[in-house]
Amino acid sequence: MNPPSTRQDSQVDRTSANGAPSPLEIHDLTVAYHKKPVLYGIDLTVPAGTLVGIIGPNGAGKSTLIKAIMGQLPATSGWVRIFGQSFKEACTRVGYVPQRESVDWDFPVSVMDVVLMGRYGRLGLFKRPRLEDHDIARACLEKVKMLPFASRQIGNLSGGQQQRVFLARALAQESDLYLMDEPFAGVDAATESAIVMLLQELKTRGKTLLVVHHDLATAKDYFDNLLLLNMRLVAFGKTADVFTQEILQKTYGGRLTILSEVADTVRRQT
Amino acid sequence: MSAARPLLLGLLLLIGLTVLPPEARAERISEIKKTTFAESAARFFTLRDPSLRNALIGSVLMGISCGLLGSFLVVRKLALMGDALSHAVLPGVAFGFLWNMSKDPIAIFVGATVAGLLGAGTVHLIRSTTKHKEDAALGFVLASFFALGVCVITMLNNLPNAQKSGLDKFMFGQAAALGDQDVVLMAVVTALVISVLAIGFKAFALTSFDAGFASAIGFPTQLIHYTLMLLLAFSIVVSLQAVGVVLVSAMLITPAAAAFLLTDRLKPMLALSALFGMAAGAIGSFLSFVGNDMPTGPLMVLAGSAVFAVALLFGPRHGIVARWLRQRSRSGRTRRENTLKALYHVLERREFKGDDVSIRELAEQRRETEVEAKQLARELVRHRLATTNDSGEALYLTPAGWQRACEIVRNHRVWELYLTNDAQYAADHVHDDAEKVEHILGEETVREIEKRLNYATHDPHGKLIPGLADLNAAPFSGRRGARATGYGAHS
Ligand SMILES: Nc1ncnc2c1ncn2[C@@H]1O[C@H](COP(=O)(O)OP(=O)(O)OP(=O)(O)O)[C@@H](O)[C@H]1O
Ligand SMILES: [Mg+2]
Repeated sequence: MNPPSTRQDSQVDRTSANGAPSPLEIHDLTVAYHKKPVLYGIDLTVPAGTLVGIIGPNGAGKSTLIKAIMGQLPATSGWVRIFGQSFKEACTRVGYVPQRESVDWDFPVSVMDVVLMGRYGRLGLFKRPRLEDHDIARACLEKVKMLPFASRQIGNLSGGQQQRVFLARALAQESDLYLMDEPFAGVDAATESAIVMLLQELKTRGKTLLVVHHDLATAKDYFDNLLLLNMRLVAFGKTADVFTQEILQKTYGGRLTILSEVADTVRRQT
Repeated sequence: MSAARPLLLGLLLLIGLTVLPPEARAERISEIKKTTFAESAARFFTLRDPSLRNALIGSVLMGISCGLLGSFLVVRKLALMGDALSHAVLPGVAFGFLWNMSKDPIAIFVGATVAGLLGAGTVHLIRSTTKHKEDAALGFVLASFFALGVCVITMLNNLPNAQKSGLDKFMFGQAAALGDQDVVLMAVVTALVISVLAIGFKAFALTSFDAGFASAIGFPTQLIHYTLMLLLAFSIVVSLQAVGVVLVSAMLITPAAAAFLLTDRLKPMLALSALFGMAAGAIGSFLSFVGNDMPTGPLMVLAGSAVFAVALLFGPRHGIVARWLRQRSRSGRTRRENTLKALYHVLERREFKGDDVSIRELAEQRRETEVEAKQLARELVRHRLATTNDSGEALYLTPAGWQRACEIVRNHRVWELYLTNDAQYAADHVHDDAEKVEHILGEETVREIEKRLNYATHDPHGKLIPGLADLNAAPFSGRRGARATGYGAHS
């Protein structure tokens, strides 16, 4: 039933105008849970040094897209290239902030331990964190103003503080491409604007960021590029171009009902 | 937890004493049986006796590997996995025995490991091909493999020419039946567990905490998971003789669960859990030795549960007793501080003329009976916050008492002012909140608030806020007739 993998297609030109491979290129990506597709034929090329907001209704597949980019969900078809490589090859260049619900808050780790985990990708499976890694972790905690909490167990923090710790962990990864799933969830306004400043600073340093965001009111101020998603990629481009009544209506106004009907049929028949 | 350890040993010893068999029976068992408890303890724990040495070493090794791996099961919320795996190995034990109709440790080890992995594989298969989640799959595998094992073992025992197989020992464990080869196998497995966990600690910790992130940074999470499961299968299999199929999961979970109560870091948790596992194993097999060769498994598990109970009761931070004590001392302090505050109010109302407060004045201020007021006064005296005259009717604050009284009143009024000024509370809403907060505000916070309030001198109700000069005033004896001056007066 599954169409043959089209990974060979990746030989096609995937470099941007100036010759350097794009941080993220997605070609005809379809992702399914239990044979039921939730993302259809996504095509996307993100230029380097952009801050992209991913918006769309609940269940639009935003988290799914991020997981698929990281190869955590198998693609039914299509491929993803990161800096011209597969995710496995480029994974040390990708930083990740998971959606809050996926974390076990009772786990016996301290804030510092969590941020140090950001260094593990570079250290590999067996090397222990060195002094230098501790310094970097501490600096990242300082950036999100969480240094005073370094020795707390993570469950003993407020939701917004926890979010900042996970942001610090992503910073500690020192990546070139960041994937963040709702980093603003449960964060107060002051912290939110501090995080936005941080993201913009990363962008000016040439990093590429994809950030899932839920608040339409602030989306157009925070991000210079928007990706509107609802099972399909509805639009991707400069905020000024895509943040229009018509496109928002297409993204949020009613599901793409035919697509979801077909998805259900596909699932029933296989 | 340093405080809990002696307590723990004491409790275990107590349990040991209560299950001591009557003297007469002990003599009947065999001529090597000893006469007193101390003698048998010495005999067991000094490794003098080669036949007992295996039992002790084996149980300790088992405790270490089970405690270490159990910690990962607990933090991964896979407690049921230990149960399922341990039941799943039983048919493997039987088939390993069938191999050459003897209790060859290697054959049984191989058979049991294969069966355990088959069980784990079946769980995985059910979970990935049906809509069942892990729990249902685990329950199903546990029961059906165990049932098969019980059937095969019963058949084996019924064979006419089977020498007394001793396979029933695998059900509830018998540490005394451990042979040299068994112990060597246990040592190898324990060494393997320790070294693999030490080398890959980072990877095991990360995948347990956040598997999504682990795979995002390129860690092979599946491989790591199955490595853990393989180690688990190994140590379950070598533990079977000592603790038995039915209860080995308790040896995995109980020490780890107790350790989890005592710490919120993974490494200390592993260390404590291994320690508890060792203690439970050694004590269980010792009790079995003095206890008429009772099955070791249940005794080890009971010892482990006693450890858990001690951790639950006496854990220094989250223990029930510690929490109760903290609560008590906090409420005692709050009560004393409220008495001090009442004394301050009495003095303040008569504009600090005279420094003695009678019991009756205190009782009126607190709207209580004089008997109660007297009790409060005695408590202050006990804590050197006040003194009484000979008749016990008049109360004088000591310098320490005066200072604390000023602090409390200052905290209260500063906080009220802060709430009304900066947090826009209505003036009549703030009193109850301040009643609680006054006892917990730190000096630093108060100074910060004072700064924000521009060192205001009066609270929202127009009362003077005691200032620093009042707190640090010269010895109290010199204060007769002095009055609180307010912070502003000195700045
Ligand atoms: N583990 C899963 N198994 C089956 N279906 C899933 C699973 N996770 C998500 N889905 C389905 O996939 C679709 C997309 O889910 P996804 O989590 O990507 O949405 P989202 O855009 O991140 O939503 P939210 O804004 O609520 O986070 C939803 O219809 C959801 O029901
Ligand atoms: Mg989501």
